[in-house]
Amino acid sequence: MTPFPFSAIVGQDEMKLALILTAIDPGIGGVLVFGDRGTGKSTAVRALAALLPPIEAVEGCPVNSARPEDCPDWASVTDKRMTTRPTPIIDLPLGVTEDRVTGALDIERALTRGEKAFQPGLLARANRGYLYIDEVNLLEDHIVDLLLDVAQSGENLVEREGLSIRHPARFVLVGSGNPEEGELRPQLLDRFGLSVEVSSPKDIETRIEVIKRRDAWERDHEGFMAEWQRQDAALREAILRARVALPLVRASNVALHDCASLCLALGSDGLRGELTLLRAARALAAHEGADEVSRGHLRRVAPSALRHRLRRDPLDEAGSTARVARHLTEVLP
Amino acid sequence: MPWDRVRLALTLLMVDPCRLGGLWLRARASPLRDRVTGALAPMSPRKIHTAIDDTALFGGLDLAGTLAAGRPVHTRGLLADGGVVLLSMAERCPAGLAARLGQALDCIPSEGRARTCLIAVDEGAGSEEGLPQALADRLGLFLSLDGLAWADTAPLAVPEAALAAARARLALLPHDPSALDRLVESAAQLGIDSARAPLLALNCARAAAAWRGHPQITPEDLVAAAELVYAHRATALPPSEDEAQPTPPRPDPATGSEPETEQDQPDALPDETLVEAARAALPPDLMARLAGLRGAKAMRAQGSGAGSANNSFVRGRPLPARRGTPGSGQRIDLVATLRAAAPWQVLRQSMRRGDRLVILPGDMRIRRHEERSTRVLIFAVDTSGSQAMTRMAEAKGAIELLLAEAYARRDHVALVTFRGDTADLTLPPTRSLVQAKRRLAGLPGGGGTPLAAGLQTALSAAQQARSKGMTPVIAVLTDGRANISLDRRPGREAAAADATRIARAIAASGVGSIVIDTGVRPQPALDALARAMGSECLALPRARAPQLSAALGALMGA
Repeated sequence: MTPFPFSAIVGQDEMKLALILTAIDPGIGGVLVFGDRGTGKSTAVRALAALLPPIEAVEGCPVNSARPEDCPDWASVTDKRMTTRPTPIIDLPLGVTEDRVTGALDIERALTRGEKAFQPGLLARANRGYLYIDEVNLLEDHIVDLLLDVAQSGENLVEREGLSIRHPARFVLVGSGNPEEGELRPQLLDRFGLSVEVSSPKDIETRIEVIKRRDAWERDHEGFMAEWQRQDAALREAILRARVALPLVRASNVALHDCASLCLALGSDGLRGELTLLRAARALAAHEGADEVSRGHLRRVAPSALRHRLRRDPLDEAGSTARVARHLTEVLP
Repeated sequence: MPWDRVRLALTLLMVDPCRLGGLWLRARASPLRDRVTGALAPMSPRKIHTAIDDTALFGGLDLAGTLAAGRPVHTRGLLADGGVVLLSMAERCPAGLAARLGQALDCIPSEGRARTCLIAVDEGAGSEEGLPQALADRLGLFLSLDGLAWADTAPLAVPEAALAAARARLALLPHDPSALDRLVESAAQLGIDSARAPLLALNCARAAAAWRGHPQITPEDLVAAAELVYAHRATALPPSEDEAQPTPPRPDPATGSEPETEQDQPDALPDETLVEAARAALPPDLMARLAGLRGAKAMRAQGSGAGSANNSFVRGRPLPARRGTPGSGQRIDLVATLRAAAPWQVLRQSMRRGDRLVILPGDMRIRRHEERSTRVLIFAVDTSGSQAMTRMAEAKGAIELLLAEAYARRDHVALVTFRGDTADLTLPPTRSLVQAKRRLAGLPGGGGTPLAAGLQTALSAAQQARSKGMTPVIAVLTDGRANISLDRRPGREAAAADATRIARAIAASGVGSIVIDTGVRPQPALDALARAMGSECLALPRARAPQLSAALGALMGA
């Protein structure tokens, strides 16, 4: 069975928009989805895999290199034909070991053939794609440190068991979790470009629609997919168009000024807030076919781009979403 | 839980195991439980335990076999073929395993992958122990054998032919949108947020209809689904029928077929019946347990977050390597392995007539590290009448400051409150400060001061935390006028004696502690109590927050 179609997900518009924006511009740097269980977090991520346009990669390359000359030496790639493969979406499960994440000495080859070879890990497979961490707030600290390092440099450096290896690891980090169960370190929070909060729909009609579609997908798979595939395809086309349009979208000085004054008013740490806000607004403008970033675009992406970057009083009840909304109405009327 | 319901649940699970996700069976080891699990034997479940490694679950290289054979030997994982898996002692399931099992349960059947059905046998003792939420959400059915006597039960054998017939009927069962509507509505009334629940309930109702030979889903089947799938998930009790609650009119713009289905089912079931069915199946003390349970589940999900075992295979200060097989979480210590193999090389090479290094499974050494464990700060807060009258606000303020400190140090916090004649673990160890703050704000005050009970609850929380590899520290905030003894009787003398007894037990257990006197005047009795606990007593007027956190920091070895 193919995954549940992305466009058939009911509601959760903020989450869907955030995922689409990162598909248009991976440089936005990841999405964090916080919310209750059973609200379609993982469904959306799995659906994204089917939605995204495929990538061109070298057949035998473990890091999905785009050009034969980019293949790392250690991989000794023999098959240098180009193929199209789906955009990789790699799961990073809780309790994963460091070896599996970074890659390690290939014990099988070391023991049976006496060769010192590198067995690539999840980071290699996620290159040029997505790395999905469910329950990211429960991830062990040493894995988090490792991810922070790689997410920042875009390169995985392995120095262990007599190996010294580096390979590109540029991926969009998608994390999901339930904030009631634990909090995320500010350092990791900051690495996520956008953060969205999802909750169960509150009205009966929407809930019935959710269950109905999911049930139809299980029962009448072919029919349901046929019904929605067209919309998924249209969305894919739109993403591809937006990718082409993205470099042409202008950001006026007014928009830059808006970004800076909003971040200043909110007191967000560092400049990553402004940069992400602008990138996300630009991607949104490209998605909507506008040739310039408008205040409306900024207003729509500001909550996702900024709510997790505020200096947080751990005992503040109101939550950052309300603070962002308040400042939005003040600074960008 | 009546035996009929148990029998129905087991039968439905056998009719459609994979669409129901599985069964959460809450029961201690007993002949009765054996009868229940024995009834599932025809499904030939494969047993797994909570310490199972990834290789066994998902397949991988069989290292011992590879070395012995001199060529790669791969094992096929238990989950590779799908099917029915039985997890025993599920209350100890670490978050990592729960996440992976959850992924397997979510797995979409495709080429070479089958669906998995999980039977989780949960032997949790109190409400603090239970199945991780990630799994509980995905397993459709819940059974608890509490209160069921052997005499009430009967051997259970479902004829295979009947099951096959039911499965055949299941495939032909017509789609019924109105059943779905009703299930979603009753889920909303019971405060069940997860979208998985109505879906599982629908599958359950379908299986029930097929098993009973109904041509379509009947109200009876919906009731069965509500009892088995909704009862244990309910987080809110809907208003009962005597509080007259007008049913909101439900427009149905999507399908114009609504009136028709109503005609088909003249006995169409009002939604209240479903909610009532779930309500009848609810445990009686649900409301009282809800707050605690939800916190407890959240705590379970923390699992090995960071407070995992003291002897880690992954990080920390290195310890000497040990003989063993590298598996999930255990890394090979290559140098130690080679060192172990080196002395035998001459002998082995002459025997095998090779010129390569010969390593046997017995040479394998794995790395070990000693990990510094996570700290958990247990606040035992007196919310009795005397305390509430005097210094409750200050005490709350002090705790909030300490919470902020704990947040900065990434400690876990837990909250024990005592008032009236009992003590409660109001907040099990968690890192979620928001939750701690919320619980603290909502603390009611008043009643006697059961200091002994409070200390006892704090001690048991500390011991539980320690068994999970955390380092607990107890901070007692009270004005010291203990007047309720452990057996819940008033009387200052007995109460003080009990409190001293528990205080000595805390000292003996070696749990670090501190007493914070929140009274207006310092109480000499509290000094004595602090001495019995082997700790010191700080009076709140002098105990400014920095001083407090410095004292706690010293206790925790920060």
